[in-house]
Amino acid sequence: MVSDITLGQYLPGSSFIHRMDARAKILLLITYIVFIFLCSNAISLLLVALFTLFIVLFTRISFMKYLKSMRVILFVVLLTGIINLFYGSGEPLVEWWIFKVTAAGIYNAVYVIVRIALLMMISAALTFTTSPSDLTDAMERLMKPLAIIHLPVHEIAMMMTIALRFIPVLLEETDKIMNAQKARGADLDSGNLINRVRALLPVLIPLFISSFRRAGDLAMAMECRCYNGGNNRTRMKVLHFSSVDLIAAIVSLLVFSSVIVSNIMFKNPFV
Amino acid sequence: MSLIRAENIRFVYGEGTPFEKVALDDLSFEINEGELIGIIGHTGSGKSTLVQLLNGLLKPTSGKIYLNDKNIWENPKKIRNIRFKVGMVFQYPEYQLFEETVYKDIAFGPKNMGMTDEDIDKAVRSAAGFVGLRDDQLDNSPFDLSGGEKRRAAIAGVIAMDPDVLILDEPAAGLDPLGRDALLSQIVDYHKTRNNTVLLVSHSMEDIARIADRILVMSKGRKYMLDSTRNVFSKGRELETIGLRVPQITKIMMMLRDRGMNVDPTALTVERGFNEIVNYLS
Ligand SMILES: Nc1ncnc2c1ncn2[C@@H]1O[C@H](COP(=O)(O)OP(=O)(O)O)[C@@H](O)[C@H]1O
Ligand SMILES: [Mg+2]
Repeated sequence: MVSDITLGQYLPGSSFIHRMDARAKILLLITYIVFIFLCSNAISLLLVALFTLFIVLFTRISFMKYLKSMRVILFVVLLTGIINLFYGSGEPLVEWWIFKVTAAGIYNAVYVIVRIALLMMISAALTFTTSPSDLTDAMERLMKPLAIIHLPVHEIAMMMTIALRFIPVLLEETDKIMNAQKARGADLDSGNLINRVRALLPVLIPLFISSFRRAGDLAMAMECRCYNGGNNRTRMKVLHFSSVDLIAAIVSLLVFSSVIVSNIMFKNPFV
Repeated sequence: MSLIRAENIRFVYGEGTPFEKVALDDLSFEINEGELIGIIGHTGSGKSTLVQLLNGLLKPTSGKIYLNDKNIWENPKKIRNIRFKVGMVFQYPEYQLFEETVYKDIAFGPKNMGMTDEDIDKAVRSAAGFVGLRDDQLDNSPFDLSGGEKRRAAIAGVIAMDPDVLILDEPAAGLDPLGRDALLSQIVDYHKTRNNTVLLVSHSMEDIARIADRILVMSKGRKYMLDSTRNVFSKGRELETIGLRVPQITKIMMMLRDRGMNVDPTALTVERGFNEIVNYLS
């Protein structure tokens, strides 16, 4: 069923990570992403991997949830891994037809897979522990400086909030419409590509129409409650930094400095 | 011989996930050809799940469903044929309209069945007639119709497939009282003219009481009872324990009887109740 896909699902809790300020989490996530691409050898990557596992444990959310969140992109990860496997340089270990697998290829494949898996896991840790409204609120606050160059920061954040809010609704609606058309004999899952795309029209048209209707209703409802954009708007829940964020920042800085140290001390054997 | 037979069906949403939810459990019943069956139950009692199982949109987790003594999942590749035989009108069906004209939209089902253009034309016009759409409305865009007319057009889209069994899930939900009465009497007319089997899901006792031959009462994913309309509503007190309300008139008659008036407590319509009281008083 379409609605089985759960993206960016929030799991309320009171763990250390849950209690962190959403802005701190986003800033640390960005630093993390930079550092995972700076890791130039296995030891650095191992360090980051351990750090990630440590964070995952601290969210107090079952590991199964993390694995499930990765299932959606499993195919992409494996494909990237396989491509890397055949693109290594050096002496081939195994050769078959035009394919050859080298030690560097294996090394790269594992490296890429671990890297993407870690990125997925850390992003899941963010979305699992931060409610969508906190998340967009934090993004709005972080992007505030961009308002100087006339970027409509508040409007962008509001659009993101609304989009996140309506993803499950749209998935459910898609499911319903698909069922209704199947009941009228629509054949949605066989035939060649062109036929299949054409067969989707009876699903897409009602979906678009109801989305527009919903958007209109929502805009009307917001206007009825006197919504008029971001100027002078105050918050019901104000974000604030606390000691939790300070501790998290210090620990992350320690890990990231060790990554730099290990990058300098150890060399990647395959470059 | 029964037309539809369900044997110990059970249905679980999201099996094996943390969101597992047993929607139907150990449900068995038989429905005969030509009956008009009402399905009632509290919200979440599994009515919509049940009707989706009956036309093969969902597959039972365990148990079997027979149509004309044939297991509908015997050949999963042929499930589309079952969907042609068991027509299904979903809740708020107006959201499934998509074609340029009402005519084309009603013709969508018949076309999928592979009917000839001539048969399609006949089917579309007669279906539109049943639901009270005028000929000149057929060339309009379905999106220009009023809410109630959209609903009629969508129902016509299923009737046009001339199914042996027509299932309607809350067809009157959200309509004004007049529109609701009109729609229900059109459904009854259709049932009488085509003489086929109709399953009507509703949580309005008033509607069901007026038109159903037999009623299937659902509670928490199980069959609570399946009996003639009269027998079901004579158990008014029991129905109230599972969160259902008997029609107001039936309730009044029961109360009058409790106070010692010798009237029939299963009078299901206001007219019958009125006559009963007049008879008693004279
Ligand atoms: N797509 C679905 N996924 C998960 N649970 C569902 C889904 N549809 C219905 N349910 C659950 O199954 C139960 C029966 O629902 P439903 O058949 O829609 O009841 P009714 O039509 O009588 O209101 C409810 O508890 C509902 O929450
Ligand atoms: Mg329902």
